[in-house]
Amino acid sequence: MNFSNKWINVLVLITLFVGGIIMGKTFFAKTSTYVPMPTTAREFDSSAGSDSSGIVSAASLSGDILEVKDGESIVNAVKKAKPGDLIRVYPGKYKETVYIDKDNISFQGVIIEGEWPTLDGEKELNDAFLYSGNGILIENFKIINYKGNGIMGQAGNNFIIRNNWVVEAGVYGIFPEFGKNGLIEHNVLSGIEDAAIYVGMCDNIDVRHNEVYENVAGIEIENSRHCLVENNYAHNNTGGILAFITPGLPIKTAYDIIIRNNFIVDNNHENFGAPGSIVSGIPPGSGIIVMAADDVTIENNIITGNDNAAIGITDLSMGANLSNDPDSEPNPDRVVILDNYMENNGNNPVGEVKILMKASMLDSAPDIIAIGGGTGSCIRDRERYNTFGLGGWGQCATADTKEVITMMLDKPVAPRAITMEEKGNLTYYGVCAGCHAYDVRMIGPPINTIQAIYNNNPQGMADFMADPTHKREDYPEMPPQNYLSPETRLAVAEYILTLKQ
Amino acid sequence: MSNKKILGYLILILIIALSSFYFLNTYSKDQALLSCNCPPGFQLTEVNTCVARNLYLQYNSLQNSGVGGLKSALPTPRDGFSPQQIDLGRLLFFDPILSKDKTISCASCHNPYKGFADGMPVTIGVGGAVQTRSAPTIWNVAYLNSFFWDGRATTLEEQVQGPLYSSIEMGNTRENLVASMNKIGKYKKLFQEAFPQSKNNSIELDELYTAITAFESSLVSLNSRYDQYAHGYANALDENEIEGLNIFRSFVARCAECHTPPLFTNQQIAVIGVPELEGKPLDLGAEIPNNDPSMRGGFKVPSLRNIASTAPYMHSGSKETLRDAAEFYNLGRGHAVPDDENLRLHWHIWEPNLTDVELDRLVDFMNTLTDESFMPLIPAKVPSGLAVNIIKPMVKIKP
Repeated sequence: MNFSNKWINVLVLITLFVGGIIMGKTFFAKTSTYVPMPTTAREFDSSAGSDSSGIVSAASLSGDILEVKDGESIVNAVKKAKPGDLIRVYPGKYKETVYIDKDNISFQGVIIEGEWPTLDGEKELNDAFLYSGNGILIENFKIINYKGNGIMGQAGNNFIIRNNWVVEAGVYGIFPEFGKNGLIEHNVLSGIEDAAIYVGMCDNIDVRHNEVYENVAGIEIENSRHCLVENNYAHNNTGGILAFITPGLPIKTAYDIIIRNNFIVDNNHENFGAPGSIVSGIPPGSGIIVMAADDVTIENNIITGNDNAAIGITDLSMGANLSNDPDSEPNPDRVVILDNYMENNGNNPVGEVKILMKASMLDSAPDIIAIGGGTGSCIRDRERYNTFGLGGWGQCATADTKEVITMMLDKPVAPRAITMEEKGNLTYYGVCAGCHAYDVRMIGPPINTIQAIYNNNPQGMADFMADPTHKREDYPEMPPQNYLSPETRLAVAEYILTLKQ
Repeated sequence: MSNKKILGYLILILIIALSSFYFLNTYSKDQALLSCNCPPGFQLTEVNTCVARNLYLQYNSLQNSGVGGLKSALPTPRDGFSPQQIDLGRLLFFDPILSKDKTISCASCHNPYKGFADGMPVTIGVGGAVQTRSAPTIWNVAYLNSFFWDGRATTLEEQVQGPLYSSIEMGNTRENLVASMNKIGKYKKLFQEAFPQSKNNSIELDELYTAITAFESSLVSLNSRYDQYAHGYANALDENEIEGLNIFRSFVARCAECHTPPLFTNQQIAVIGVPELEGKPLDLGAEIPNNDPSMRGGFKVPSLRNIASTAPYMHSGSKETLRDAAEFYNLGRGHAVPDDENLRLHWHIWEPNLTDVELDRLVDFMNTLTDESFMPLIPAKVPSGLAVNIIKPMVKIKP
C-alpha cells in the first residue's frame, strides 16, 4: 500500500474543502510537543442530558480525560470511563476490538508529526470499534486490517465519526446501524469489500467531506431517512454513491435523501464484493445508483468517467437473488435530478445496458438510465444528458435544495423521559414481581410484610437488595440485585413502599 | 315407618345436603381460584387488564421498530388481557381436552421444563403422527408479529388454531372441541368469569383462542444475565461471554444482523439453507404460504432468548447443540442446499471462517440469554379432570 499517495489524496481533499483546513492544521502542526485541542471540548456538551452528545458550540468538557499510550489498552480505558469522559489515544499500534456499551464517551486520536494511533486487527480481529452507546465520538484514528467493520454502531444516537483513516478494514469501513442524528465527516476510506461508508437503517445523518476510493461501494445509504450526502469525493469504487432499499430488513423505507456537491469520478473498480452480497451485483462503472429509494434528490454533483453510467435508477427487480419482501415498496418514486455535471460516462457499459442501447438504437451509452417502476420523478434540463427510460419524467419545479443545510437535528435526540417513579414501577413489575406479590406468598415474602419492615426506610431496603442476608428460615435466601444501579434500587424501594395492592 | 327408619332417611338427606353444599362450596371456591392478579411482568390497571412492564420500556427504538442495540425498546407487545383470561388460558394450555384423543395439550410440545419447546427434532402429534418442523419456544411470543416457522399467521389467535385442528398435531375439529368444552360445567363457570360480557352462557371458540393467547402473551423472559449487562451492569457477563457478545454482533459472524437485540430476532423471513433431517425432503418454508418461489426454503428468524433450553435447533431440528447451530454458519454458503435447488440465500450467509474458539465464545454468549424466572405455575390438575402429564425433569436445566 502506497501511503504517500494517500497523503496526496488527503491533501487534495483538504484543499478542496474548507472544513479540511482546520484538520490540516491539526495534522501538520510542527512542534513535536503539540497535542491537538480536544475537539470534544469545543463541541461536546454532556451536561445537555444523560443521553446526548450535544453539537453545542463553546461548551466545555465535563468529564475526565483518560490517556492511552502505546502498549496500553483502549478497552481498559473504556472500562474505567464514565459518561462525559474523553479518551485520548496517542500514536502507537493497538490490536483491539474497542467495544463501548456506555453513553457519551469520546475517543480522540492524537496525531503527532504524522504518527497516528493505529488500530490494527492484523486480519485476525473482527471489528475495530463497536458501540451501542449514545453520544459516541470517534476521531483521528487510523484503522487497518480488520475482518468485519472499522467502526460499527448499533443503535447509538447522536454520534460523530470524523477524521478517521480506514484502510482494508473488512466488510464496511464506517457502519452506523439503527442510529439517529449522526455526523460522518472528513474520513478517508479505501479497500473495503462492501460499502466504505454504510448508513444502514438510520435517520438524520450527514455524510460530508469524506474521500472513498477503491472500495466496492463508496457511500451507501440504505433503508434510511433524512440523509445528506454532500461534498464527498468518491473515485475508483465499483459504485460511487448508492441510495438503496434492501428488502428483508426490519426497517423498510428509504426516503428524503440528498446527494449533493459530490465528485463522483472514475468508479470503474473491479467488483470484489463477497459472493452473495448485495453489492456484488453492482456493475463496475456506476456513479450513482438509486434502488427503490424515494424522494432522492441528486444535485450539483460532478459525475465523470464512470464507464457504465453516471446515474442508474432501478426498482427492486434488479436486486436479483434476493427473496421478495411484501413489506418493501419496490419502486423508486419522486427521484429529483437537478443540475449536475456529467461527462465521459458510459464508455464501457455492462451487457444489459448494451442490449438496451441496441434495442433502442442508441449509439452512445446514456448518462442516466431508469429501469422499472416508479412515479413522480423529474429532471431539470434533461437535454444536457443522454438519458434512457426517463420518458415519464417531468420537468422539476424546484431549482435547488439550498434551504437544506443539514439533515441532522438541531438538538440531540433525547432519551425517553422517565421519572424515578416510573423507573421504580418498571423495575418492580419487570424484575421483583417474579418473586414478590402484594399480599400473597410467592417465592419471597409478600410486599405488605416488606413494607412493614422498611416503613420510611427505602434506603435500608435498597441496601438489603444489593447484598441480602438470609433472614427468614421460612423463605429461600434472596439473590443479590446488585446488577441494578444504586439509583434504580432506591427508586424501586421507594416505589414498593407506595404499593397498595 | 319406624322412627329408626325416619332417622335413617333424615341422616341420608343430611348427608346429601351436606355433600351437595360442600360440592357447591368447592365450586364457588374454584371460581375464586381464577386469579385476579396479573402474572409477573405485568401491572394491573383500573379496568382489570394486565399491561406489560419491564426495564426495556426505559428506551426508544428507531422508527419504533423494536430492533436496535443494548438499550433499545422492544416491539409493541400483545397485552391488555385480564388476569382471569390469562389464568383460564393457563388451565387450557395444560389441558389435554383440547386434542382429539385427549392425550395432547399445548404443553406437550411447548413444555415449560423444556424452554416451552419439546426437546425433540420434530414434534409428535395425535396417534404418533410426526410433524415436519421443530416446536418453537413460546417465551416472549407477545412481542412477535408473525407465527409458525413460515410466518403464515399474524396473530396468536390465528396461530392457536393451527395445531388444534391439524390432523398431525392435536387433531381436533371445531365442532368436537366446542362440544367437549361445553360438556364440562367447571369450564363453563370459568369462561363466564373470564368473559363476563359474554351474552350466552356457552363456551365460544373465540373465547378459548383469546384465553390461550392471553396466557401465551404472559410468558415473558427479559431478565437474563445478558439483560443485566444491557441495562448497564458490566460485571453481569464474564470475559468469555463479552468476547462472545462482540463476536455475535461483529460483522464477521453477523449474528445480530438478524438475531437483533433486544428480542434477538428481526422477525424477517430468511433463506439460509439449513439441512433437513436425514432423508427428509427440502422444506419449502415460506414459499408455500406466500406462493412465492423467491422465498423457497425461507423461515422466520427465531428469537434466541432462552435458546439454551430449546435444543435441538433450526426448523428441522437438525442441529443438536448450540455449537452445531453456530457452526452451521461457518460451513460455507449453501453447503447443505440440495444440488438441484437454487435457493436465494440470504446475503448475510457467507464464509465467516470463525475459529473454534470463537464458536465456543458464541455458545458462551448464547447461554447468557437464559431467564426462566417468570415461569408460570403448572396446574396440578385441570378442569377436565384429565392428567396434566407435564413432569418436572429430575435434572434441572442449567441456567
